[in-house]
Amino acid sequence: MTVHQLIFIYFAIAMTGISLLVVTRRNPVHSVLFMLVLFVHIAALYLFLNAEFLAAVQIIVYAGAIMVLFLFVIMLLNLRREETEEKFHRQWPVSAGAVAVLAVFFIMIVSKIVVLPALGEYSIDAIRSEGSIMTVGKVLFTKYLLPFEIASIILLVAIIGAIVLAKKSTNS
Amino acid sequence: MPGTYIPWDYVPVMIVFAFAVMIGLGALVGGLLVRPRRPYAQKLAPYESGNPPVGEPRYKFSVKFYIVAMLFVVFDVEAVFMYPWAVAFDKLGMFGFIEMMLFIFILLVGYIYVWKKGAFVWE
Amino acid sequence: MDAGTTLTIMDIRPFVPELTLLCAGLILILLDLIVKRKEIVAAVGVAGTIAALYATYKLFGYAQPQYAFFDMFVLDGYSSFFKLIFYLNLILTICISVKFMEIEKASCGEYYSLLIFATSGMMIMASAADLIVLYLGLELMALSTYILAGLTRKRHRSNEAALKYFFLGAFSSGFLLYGISLTFGLTGTTNIRDIAHAIYALNVMDSPILYLGMIFIVVAFGFKIALAPFHMWAPDVYEGAPTSITAFMSVGPKAAGFAVLGRVLFDAFGGMQVQWTSVLIPMAVLTMALGSIIALSQTNIKRMLAYSSIAHAGYMLLGVIAGTPEGLTSTANYLMIYTFMNIGAFAIVIMLRREGFRGENIEDFKGLSKSHPLAAALMLIFMFSLTGIPPTAGFVGKFYVFMELINSGYTYLAVIAVVFSAISAFFYLRIVMYMYMKDPGEEIVITTSPSMSIALAITCVMVLILGVFPSFLLNLVRYSILG
Repeated sequence: MTVHQLIFIYFAIAMTGISLLVVTRRNPVHSVLFMLVLFVHIAALYLFLNAEFLAAVQIIVYAGAIMVLFLFVIMLLNLRREETEEKFHRQWPVSAGAVAVLAVFFIMIVSKIVVLPALGEYSIDAIRSEGSIMTVGKVLFTKYLLPFEIASIILLVAIIGAIVLAKKSTNS
Repeated sequence: MPGTYIPWDYVPVMIVFAFAVMIGLGALVGGLLVRPRRPYAQKLAPYESGNPPVGEPRYKFSVKFYIVAMLFVVFDVEAVFMYPWAVAFDKLGMFGFIEMMLFIFILLVGYIYVWKKGAFVWE
Repeated sequence: MDAGTTLTIMDIRPFVPELTLLCAGLILILLDLIVKRKEIVAAVGVAGTIAALYATYKLFGYAQPQYAFFDMFVLDGYSSFFKLIFYLNLILTICISVKFMEIEKASCGEYYSLLIFATSGMMIMASAADLIVLYLGLELMALSTYILAGLTRKRHRSNEAALKYFFLGAFSSGFLLYGISLTFGLTGTTNIRDIAHAIYALNVMDSPILYLGMIFIVVAFGFKIALAPFHMWAPDVYEGAPTSITAFMSVGPKAAGFAVLGRVLFDAFGGMQVQWTSVLIPMAVLTMALGSIIALSQTNIKRMLAYSSIAHAGYMLLGVIAGTPEGLTSTANYLMIYTFMNIGAFAIVIMLRREGFRGENIEDFKGLSKSHPLAAALMLIFMFSLTGIPPTAGFVGKFYVFMELINSGYTYLAVIAVVFSAISAFFYLRIVMYMYMKDPGEEIVITTSPSMSIALAITCVMVLILGVFPSFLLNLVRYSILG
């Protein structure tokens, strides 16, 4: 077992464990804080996959902005009742069984994975030679130009949605 | 294979990170081991500058906070797209400039919309 | 390396219809801030749609598919035909909603810009030649539709509809992304044509990973199209959303889902036809069965039409299962016909809505023929068409799908479909029975507006004309898809 594999195994186990903590906590604020830890782990995993830019985005957007949004929503809902009630639907053993079956199925498929040689043109060396962000910038603004511009429209729709659904209508 | 790459450049960052976690946890655990433990009701009450605590610590936030947070997320994502553009700007040239201006223009329409709708007015 | 210089103005041409519509959406947002009367915003929206329609018409002549944006976007007859459905859906929805949104007290300019953005998303989906663009088009469509479903935010039902739609939509996006990433991991590309080439070149046809990726993608679009067993959200969402939006999203996202399903299954996974047919057949049978049988017990007409739309999705899927380009043609043909008859039926439901009266119960249709014979006659035509009774267009749509199915050798599926089609007659004709054979309970007041009349005239005339002279539409769809 190499050091790479050890690192990966740590992240895999830690992330699964933290995710379980997120969904099982009674206090939603605790869930959110565990999710923050989870986001940091995801960012670190991106680093180990040679995706520096993605790691930075993960911290800036998810651990920064989205986390705040989560906290505000929890404050907004003021989940008093949530904390006293049963956490899961009483049929949870049934769904746990279904998940177990699916997991076995999944593992069977994953065990059949044949590792093919790297296919893309952006190998680790190619990215390192000119820097992660430079590579992202060059690809994003040429080849992925259309998705980039569509993303701006999606952001615009998100803005409209926030105002339409949450803004108190002032008499205009 | 996952993890066939180790980001050596980031090892110092990780060391600092590990130190930060250790100091944080160390203060808590160290305090737990050393401090005397003699709890009584007043001591366990949340500290509110010496006044007796009033009401619930958590109360319902106004939805206004949510709108601000949502707008922050959207414009934060917009800013994130600018980093790679700024780095690769000299390679992209005029073409990249126009592209980014179009992106900003579309979100500017959103900005004008939000402004006119009075989302920045705090009443 | 300066890839930017290779992008000349010629490359943007296939994108002009979408560009026109997106510009119209942006103009509408700004216009709404200045103009007080919402009818003007709606009219500008229709004008923008017609401009985009004209652009599609002008670009229609090219027989060869035109690629743009580094092969990420394609303009061909297939996508153009689906865009025609989206335009019609958009125009008809705007026509039926002007008055309705006033009654709902949710009249706002954003409504029309969101409709336009949702339609742009559908168009991008239909034209996507790359899975990334496909996903972004889907999100643009979905995000706009979630907001539209919750637009009447004072009503709890509407909130519930938006939230349910959002959660299940997010769930299905997750499935889609899993599918895309598995496929990408195996083939090293997200381009739909290149995936097909890579599957052959790398000889990974039998890989379980690819199979899983394909299933995930089918499941994701199963949610969007509301195929059983992924249909659970549809009745609640259709019931809770404002009726005009229900009409919009029972046609648009469904058509977009079929457009994408056809392209991905035929182009990217064309070599795995045996595998995906074996997944789709049980889904189609289950969808037809659940839709037709559960609809029998509904008392709310919007819920009934929701189950009816689930059943229709099952019939449409049969054209995909046929596995031939002709089969896909029959599905596209059916979708076009469905657009007219379904929006027509919802338009009548909307007409019953007035201040302080929802008019959503089947009971409310009692004796409609006595007080409003014209509205009752129109509803009769739409119900006959949804059942598939000649000489309405619904018959032509079903007939053509079943014919292609039998041509491909799935006679038993066609028989099953005919049986469920007969069962569905019970609940469609029940409404006709209520309208014509029961005495009116209370006085029925109908709300009309000029735009509503236009929409009803278009839908009704098209349902009848396409029923009697089906060859016009058949020739168009054949020319578009088969070339």
